[in-house]
Amino acid sequence: MNIELIIGILNIVLISTTPLVFAGIGELVTEKSGVLNLGLEGLMLVGAVTGFITLVLTGNYFYSLILSIISGVILSGIFAFLVLNLMTNQIATGLALTIFGIGLSAMLGKKFSGTPIEGLSPYYFIVISFLLVFSVGYFLSKTKSGLIVRAVGENHNSAYALGYNVIKTRYFTIIFGGVMSSLAGYYISICYAPMWQEGMTAGRGWIALALVVFATWKPWRLLVGAYIFGGVAIMQMNLQAFGVELPGQIFNMMPYIATLIVLVFISSNKVRLKLSAPSCLNIPYEKNS
Amino acid sequence: MQSIVEFKNIFKSYPGVIANDDVSFNIKEQSIHAILGENGAGKSTLVKILYGHVKPDSGEILINSDLAIINSPSTAKNLGINMVFQHFSLFESLTVAENLILGMNENISLTKLKDKSKTICDKYGFNLNLNSPISSLSVGQRQSLEIVRSLLNNPKILIMDEPTSVLTPDEISKLFKIIKNLVKDGLTVIFISHKLEEIINLSDYVTIMRNGKVVSTISTQNEDPETLGYKMLGYKVSKAKQVSDINFSQEIFNIKNLSTQSKDPFTVNLNKIDLNLKKGQIFGIAGVAGNGQKELMEILLNENDYEFSGDIFFKDLNINNLSTFQRKSLSISYVTEERLGHSAVPEMSLSENIFLSMNHKSEFKKGDFINFEKINSFASDVIKNFKVDTPSYNVKAGKLSGGNLQKFIIGREIMSNPELLILSQPTWGIDAGSEAFIKKTIVELSQKGVSIIIISHDLDELLEVCHEIAVLYEGSLSKPLNVENINITKLGKYMGGLFD
Repeated sequence: MNIELIIGILNIVLISTTPLVFAGIGELVTEKSGVLNLGLEGLMLVGAVTGFITLVLTGNYFYSLILSIISGVILSGIFAFLVLNLMTNQIATGLALTIFGIGLSAMLGKKFSGTPIEGLSPYYFIVISFLLVFSVGYFLSKTKSGLIVRAVGENHNSAYALGYNVIKTRYFTIIFGGVMSSLAGYYISICYAPMWQEGMTAGRGWIALALVVFATWKPWRLLVGAYIFGGVAIMQMNLQAFGVELPGQIFNMMPYIATLIVLVFISSNKVRLKLSAPSCLNIPYEKNS
Repeated sequence: MQSIVEFKNIFKSYPGVIANDDVSFNIKEQSIHAILGENGAGKSTLVKILYGHVKPDSGEILINSDLAIINSPSTAKNLGINMVFQHFSLFESLTVAENLILGMNENISLTKLKDKSKTICDKYGFNLNLNSPISSLSVGQRQSLEIVRSLLNNPKILIMDEPTSVLTPDEISKLFKIIKNLVKDGLTVIFISHKLEEIINLSDYVTIMRNGKVVSTISTQNEDPETLGYKMLGYKVSKAKQVSDINFSQEIFNIKNLSTQSKDPFTVNLNKIDLNLKKGQIFGIAGVAGNGQKELMEILLNENDYEFSGDIFFKDLNINNLSTFQRKSLSISYVTEERLGHSAVPEMSLSENIFLSMNHKSEFKKGDFINFEKINSFASDVIKNFKVDTPSYNVKAGKLSGGNLQKFIIGREIMSNPELLILSQPTWGIDAGSEAFIKKTIVELSQKGVSIIIISHDLDELLEVCHEIAVLYEGSLSKPLNVENINITKLGKYMGGLFD
């Protein structure tokens, strides 16, 4: 095995895993405050398509980035309003957001499918993704604001009784998660591919969701998990390079099978799940009157 | 001394209930002011209004003679009002230090927090380890933490909602000393309780509430428990005294060497529990909440295949591996602690709730169909015999008041003719009338030869109805004490874990 091949593989793993890190760390913060957002896939697609269209129309990377972020703020803001103020079911609302995002991005991107663009170097985003994981880790464990986020996710009634604004905190974490997902999408359509194609996130939103559970809500484990998941996905082409003949579909299944195995393994240990899972996850919060 | 808090015409209603009806009274600065009333009298609602947790429909609150608009707990805290909750507002997975920081108005560093909390702990005799996770603390320690957390904000007014309901007698007297010292240092304490003797021992003034209204506000100086109790209830309650000089002979239920080894830090492990119950005997299991009561009940019920070692015998039959319904078929009945959600499904009618607990009995089925005729008549009998106040058996269980629902549930279980009845917290949180009725029913049942186990935090209740009482402490069960010539000091020591 030569050294160049190994470096090449590592390089591909780095490039392909970054969207998982972005979407995963955003969802981790959202879930830490007690909200489950299943809309990642939809948020990513809309973030990808708005960034792409803006770049094609204006040719300006900065504008395209900003618009992609704004799409995440708007969509996750709607999600937050629905689940926090109108107290809709978080799972149903999240699924609706994904279905909505898939449809909306396909409609918007129809004319732009196949348009060639000059992509952005992925390495800025890779560096940012690492910094992001460490800052989120620091924020959650060392700052008072991070402590409030955890407290709200642990017991929202107590947090309110101590004088904290549960709804406001959750707005913040949901929108943070939304923006991270659109950044993940932006990265896919501008740096990783770079192009637009319907449904191009290919289920990465779902893997990011599984990743948060896999990481038992800990940022550094999320980073490790993301690279394991990303590595499995990349194995496909490289094993073929070594002459291992397996149908491609088997490899496409790998991340999901790995996710399943990990989920079963994690939930078999009740105690660990209870200690790390936010107790108020997916429980609607009704303000006292 | 001038008034620090003035309630003026506070009115608060919930659908179907008036929680506070034109409540007006004053609280003097640097005093201990008790609010007395039975469950549902409106005490908690009133202090939650003061703390900004609940919004009143109308009425005003003056703090130091100035009108105060308290919209949220954070406004209350800025006004110097802090509260220690009955059901603690602690975060289980966080450490003591993190819980303290969350309770503070200002941002401070960890070292400063250490100094500040140490000063308070030393001054008033609390003992806290800042790095412990909450799950490792006893109930008493959790309460200390709640109090220290409030004191860190230098409050002027401290509200304590039923602070003694989870403490041992020894811890209660310690707490009272601390409260008196705090008041000497300038604090005003609002103390909520339904325990008469406590109020007379501790407080300077007492406001008595009944059905949401203030009955009167008086000095506690010339009061005794009896007069105060009469004012609280508006009528006298007769006690259901047990005749206990019976010689029990026939053994009916035995627990031998029961232990659990769970690694879950949120549960208490049971440690070599032995228990012998005779026919017609009422056996009380006392102890402060969180000492293994939940786990013991779990094993007695066997709903979730809780793992344990040891043996359980019912009439010489080992029932270790029998399911809940198999045990029920052997004529063991259960009344669990949680009325809504466990003993009864709130969204279902009373009849349907009968079937849910009795579907092992063939008389309620026609083949694979439900025999509603039988069930309805059974439900009517329960309602009639146990004085359940409800228009019909079609009413949803969640619509009944706590006392009525509890009478219905206990009635349902008793009418299935058990030989052994296991009750957990049978009179928790219900009105005094229903409480007296339930106690009387339990005593009468035992006289008919039914054996009864009561798990309760309420020592007075156990002393009233039981023949024997044992104390559960950190998963170990003490030797049983005969109630007839019981030594209260010894019982208090048992509750603090001082037994072999």
